[in-house]
Amino acid sequence: MGLAKRIIPCLDVRNGRVVKGVNFVGIRDAGDPVEVAARYNREGADEITFLDITASSDDRDTIIHVVEAVASQVFIPLTVGGGIRKVEDIRRLLNAGADKIAINTAAIFNPDLIKEASDYFGSQCIVVAIDAKRVDNNADDSPRWEIFTHGGRKSTGIDAIEWSKKMADYGAGELLVTSMDRDGTKIGFDLELTRKISESVSIPIIASGGVGNLQHMAEGVLAGKADAVLAASIFHFSEYTIGETKQYMADQGIEMRL
Amino acid sequence: MIVVVDYGMGNLRSVTKALEHVSDEPVLVSRNADEILAADRVVFPGQGAARDCMKELQKYQLVDVIRTAAASKPFLGICMGMQVLMQHSEENEGIDCLGWYQGQVKAFKNNIPTQQTVNKQQSVLKIPQMGWNKIEHKNAHPLWQGIESGSRFYFVHSYYVAPKDSALITGQTNYGIDYASAIAKDNIFAIQAHPEKSAEDGLQLLKNFTQWDGQWDGAKENIQ
Repeated sequence: MGLAKRIIPCLDVRNGRVVKGVNFVGIRDAGDPVEVAARYNREGADEITFLDITASSDDRDTIIHVVEAVASQVFIPLTVGGGIRKVEDIRRLLNAGADKIAINTAAIFNPDLIKEASDYFGSQCIVVAIDAKRVDNNADDSPRWEIFTHGGRKSTGIDAIEWSKKMADYGAGELLVTSMDRDGTKIGFDLELTRKISESVSIPIIASGGVGNLQHMAEGVLAGKADAVLAASIFHFSEYTIGETKQYMADQGIEMRL
Repeated sequence: MIVVVDYGMGNLRSVTKALEHVSDEPVLVSRNADEILAADRVVFPGQGAARDCMKELQKYQLVDVIRTAAASKPFLGICMGMQVLMQHSEENEGIDCLGWYQGQVKAFKNNIPTQQTVNKQQSVLKIPQMGWNKIEHKNAHPLWQGIESGSRFYFVHSYYVAPKDSALITGQTNYGIDYASAIAKDNIFAIQAHPEKSAEDGLQLLKNFTQWDGQWDGAKENIQ
């Protein structure tokens, strides 16, 4: 008995409001971030992740105010991702009350940002977000994944497993691994991907992309070897509460905070 | 007045907001010696590396100020603020700390089963330990009031405290090994977890601290 596996609801935030939508189609307002975060906290969320999808860079400051407001009311860890480019962006979000910063594209174009940020702020607050997609198999028929950008449309040619090891070496404290093949499909995580990465690095892994039911959440931990599972839509559309998700996983023998 | 010591290590906003949430007492974030010494109670947080923490404490000439506060006031160490109370840390190839208590700060990687030390069939422990783990109470300290033994708190750390005197241990956690997740003596309480990020139980601990008179006779209150 010991450390619990974590359930992390992910909220998309645009112009200071939580929005819901599937693949950016039919996005609608889903409320005030403070209220939504407080509700997830009451339901037993172990952390909350905000993904800033504000389109215009002019409106970037709104996420700072969102983080300040949430961190004054909700006392569980907060991760913020989306559009983070430089050390100064990280500093401002941490000072506003974020506990961890998720960095995706900027790490690909400037891997030293991860070194610099983890050295300065500590590994514990630097999460590297990895969007991976299966590509043609290796000669020996084993699967291979590459890092993609632009919502899974552009390959970088970088091997996802090698990239994970490199980011861990550069000082990332955690990896948020999203399968671009599964994202939005509701057919479950790419368990082979998360397991391969989890077994390749010594830092914690968050599985993301593809959750459609509670069995998928449990599989992420049991077969995918993830330390935490992140989901958006199954919580937003009230298909399942966080409480029943955690109970289901505990019933599967997974250590949970109940 | 509660003073949260600001020596440039990490974000103090969360702990300040959490203290303001549970208490009407004013909360001041400060690195000014006079303000720290005038406080009714002192919170000593910290994150990052032990070497940097010690360097910053020296840079701001806070080493003696912290010692004076630790000798006399209700004093709450959090995370790195717990670790630097010890003599020495294994972090950064070895670094001397404040030496308030005898004992070491040890690396999980040398003492628990990790990816590097076990084969793939066994379960492995990730470093840092990141997430919610249980704290078993070793005695009935006033800061545990209203919190059940075995309640989960939020942890993020790669090193842990191993005090020489096991009577200091008021909270114990298991992560591959049993280790001291909270220590207490007289007016000092120090915890490895982050109460400011540990939901209701964490807020309860902070509330208990804001109401604590700093008195505790550990020997009389031992459970075992």
